[in-house]
Amino acid sequence: MQTSLSGHAFRKIVHVLVITVFTVALAFPFYWMVVTSFKQNVDLYTMENNPFVFNAKPTLDHLTFLFTQTGFVRWLGNTTFVGVVVVAITLVFALPAAYSLARLSGRWGERVGIGIFLTYLVPPTLLFIPLSRVIAYLGLQDSLWALILVYPSFTVPFSIWLLMGFFKAIPRELEDAAMVDGLTRFGAFVKMVIPISTSGILTVVIFTFTLVTQEFVYALTFLSSEANQMIGTGIPIFLVRGDVYYWGALMAACLIASLPIAFLYNLFLDRFIAGFTVGAVK
Amino acid sequence: MAVARASIKSIGAAQSPVLGAAMLAPAVLYILLLVAGPFLLAIFYAFSDARIGNTQLHFVGLENFRSILQSPSFRIAVRNSFIFTIGSQIVVIIASSILAIALEKPFRGRGMIRFLMLLPWVAPIALGAIGWKWILDSIYSVISWVLVALHLYKPFSAPMWLGEPTLAIASVLLVHSWRLIPFSTVILLAGRTAIPKDIPEAAAVDGAGFWRTEFLILLPMMMPIISVAVLFGIIFTFTDMTVVYILTAGGPFDSTQVLPSLAFTLGIQGSDLAAGAAISLSLVPLLVIIAYLMLRVAHRAEVT
Amino acid sequence: MAVVETRDLTKVFKEGGLGAVNSVNLETREGEFLVFLGPSGSGKTTLLRMIAGLEAPTSGDILIGGRVVNDLSPRERRIAMVFQSYALYPHLSVYKNIAFPLKAQKVKKELHKEKVEWAAALLGIGALLERKPRELSGGERQRVALARAIVREPAVFLLDEPLSNLDAKLRASAREELERFHRRVGTTTIYVTHDQVEAMAMGDRVLVLNKGVVHQLGTPAEVYDNPADTFVATFLGSPPMNLAELPELIVGFRPEHLRPRSSVTGDGVSFRLKVENIEYLGAEWIVSGTVVGGRLGGKKVFSRLTSAQDLALEGTYDFAVPQRELKFFDRSTEKRVEPRAVSWQ
Repeated sequence: MQTSLSGHAFRKIVHVLVITVFTVALAFPFYWMVVTSFKQNVDLYTMENNPFVFNAKPTLDHLTFLFTQTGFVRWLGNTTFVGVVVVAITLVFALPAAYSLARLSGRWGERVGIGIFLTYLVPPTLLFIPLSRVIAYLGLQDSLWALILVYPSFTVPFSIWLLMGFFKAIPRELEDAAMVDGLTRFGAFVKMVIPISTSGILTVVIFTFTLVTQEFVYALTFLSSEANQMIGTGIPIFLVRGDVYYWGALMAACLIASLPIAFLYNLFLDRFIAGFTVGAVK
Repeated sequence: MAVARASIKSIGAAQSPVLGAAMLAPAVLYILLLVAGPFLLAIFYAFSDARIGNTQLHFVGLENFRSILQSPSFRIAVRNSFIFTIGSQIVVIIASSILAIALEKPFRGRGMIRFLMLLPWVAPIALGAIGWKWILDSIYSVISWVLVALHLYKPFSAPMWLGEPTLAIASVLLVHSWRLIPFSTVILLAGRTAIPKDIPEAAAVDGAGFWRTEFLILLPMMMPIISVAVLFGIIFTFTDMTVVYILTAGGPFDSTQVLPSLAFTLGIQGSDLAAGAAISLSLVPLLVIIAYLMLRVAHRAEVT
Repeated sequence: MAVVETRDLTKVFKEGGLGAVNSVNLETREGEFLVFLGPSGSGKTTLLRMIAGLEAPTSGDILIGGRVVNDLSPRERRIAMVFQSYALYPHLSVYKNIAFPLKAQKVKKELHKEKVEWAAALLGIGALLERKPRELSGGERQRVALARAIVREPAVFLLDEPLSNLDAKLRASAREELERFHRRVGTTTIYVTHDQVEAMAMGDRVLVLNKGVVHQLGTPAEVYDNPADTFVATFLGSPPMNLAELPELIVGFRPEHLRPRSSVTGDGVSFRLKVENIEYLGAEWIVSGTVVGGRLGGKKVFSRLTSAQDLALEGTYDFAVPQRELKFFDRSTEKRVEPRAVSWQ
């Protein structure tokens, strides 16, 4: 659209300003994590030093410490393990449920769908106390299996909601054609709908995995020993020995734990938005 | 011919509610067991005198609720929960509205900027909080260093960001807002791109300038989606214990305690299951209101 | 003085690529209904949007009311536009939709009611003022869009294919309403469409565009009976003009001028036609077939008749075209040329 020339330049400056201010404000802590990870302790803990420059040579000491003297690698493994299993469980429950709600249900199905959505609003900080007793009763305290059991309680509703959006976007005619060709309804689901939805399913996988990595309350409540921690809990709790915070290693750990997830999340965000806006429109 | 007829019959059965129920049942059962079950258990605990380690349980009626309502730390926790929730939402809505406008049209580097801006939301809550804990450290805070360098404070006299009650509350508010802005921005952006392109063009032809178009046309059209972003934001903040736990552990002197973190402190660390359950149940009234509002918004969006 | 004028107006979207609009020169006449007609991608909408100020030209000038408006924003140009989707503000009532331009132009609040009611009465939607757009039918929405456009008493109306979102039955009555509206109000109007029937029915003049270039600007009669080139000749009229390529030039004749020999009086050119398809459309017949023998032998042609009772499929008949209805086009430029003698054997 046409604006006067000076109005154009002014708008551009404001635009750049806004973007810069916000990007710095939002991303600064992570930049700070990078700087801190590579600064020598001497540099970090001398107050007179300008924190924005490297007053001593950058060092890999913190990284070495992190990987060799802490449970960090173990925690990465734990998180990955829990993540993978929970994703698998979630898909097994959520795929058929989402399909059922998207295609096969009438009015009552809508109500069930709303009910499922509402359970997502029930927070872990409400359920964690009774669940801690249930876990203890089952003998699963301090075990990763406690998380594997409980996490689907929120990943499944979330995934159902996302998948519904993706399934609704597939034209019904495809399954109708498959059934005319001889498949049963369920067969059409398995052999046609699922292969077509790989992009949507992948999105759900990624987002479920990020939900697992971000979770804190249950991990804090159910796990106790250092060896069994997830990265979300191990880093804030066990990289502090007594009252001493190992900031260098802490920041390095935060960075390593956050960036890959952020990268994947960013990749799939557009698909995620497409999924939930379609779901919302219908 | 016979094959075709058989196939058509199976299509007739395709609207099978039985299959639908069968595919839905496992998920529903799982959720009921792990959500409804514990929820009922929480109610049960709240009306009892349960403690970790005790095998005996007695019904105590409303005693737990009475005692928490009288407890000052509960009142502070309620106050804080509302301050953090409402305060951060105000900051978030304003910030994300501005950002959504700024990010709407493509520009060079937008992909990278979006990645950077998403970081606060994507990083695990605890890790982002720990990052801020370092930035707000009482001695080595980089913010303090900058303020001292600008001669706004004398060396060693910069405020203790997490050590003084008012500042600590501000810091927690800041971290909550910081974390939510990307989430809210993404949702608002999605809402903006859903507006047909010719609406702002019609407004331009009709003579509306930038501000009039934004406030009279575009933002009102985005109301349903803004509501969704706000409602989710309220839930995420109100029910969160992580930021407080990591940043201040409820301190200094319980001044930043919130309901979820108080429930954790008493219920798990203090083994008083009954008190913990009662406190966490106090989240329910607000959640019910939010759930109702969300359903209203969804219903209205369907009607338009 | 022309209301809208463009001089060498050009728009290029991609560097070095083909122009969407190439050096278009036009002048509207006061109060006329001018139609931009062309297939999709012809640049007609881009041209309209540049006049509106929604796209910036790459080069050339746009003048409205005699002054150059290139650097003016849409709201400074005193134009009104009706979009294909009508672009009604969904959250505002019909009244507020129509009042919005007044509000934006800072017209005094006391005057709003009077003007909105005047515009609504003009379009017969006075009863709908409190409704919301989603409660209205397609035709009603068009009327609200027109009311919103007229309330500002603009110098020019710009309409971007407003009928294409309506279903066929509604389109005819909506079209008639637009024509009546234009007669009542008399504002210079530019109307974009790809539908040549609309262009012929509604336009005082038609600007025929293809690939960003103006092929012809003239009254419906001029573009139909005296097409400037083969593109105009085949774009207008359904079925399109029959065109035959001879080594020295291209010959064309419209299907309604290709009739059985017996009904053609005066000088004519004869063809033997083998009928391959007959379509009965109620009010007329479309007959298609292949020419047998002569220089046009093997060519597929269409004929439009009011009666085809005597024709049978696969039959061969004598058809003829009156000499004066033949059009001739230069082979290389495809532009219309003067009639000349041609041998048909």
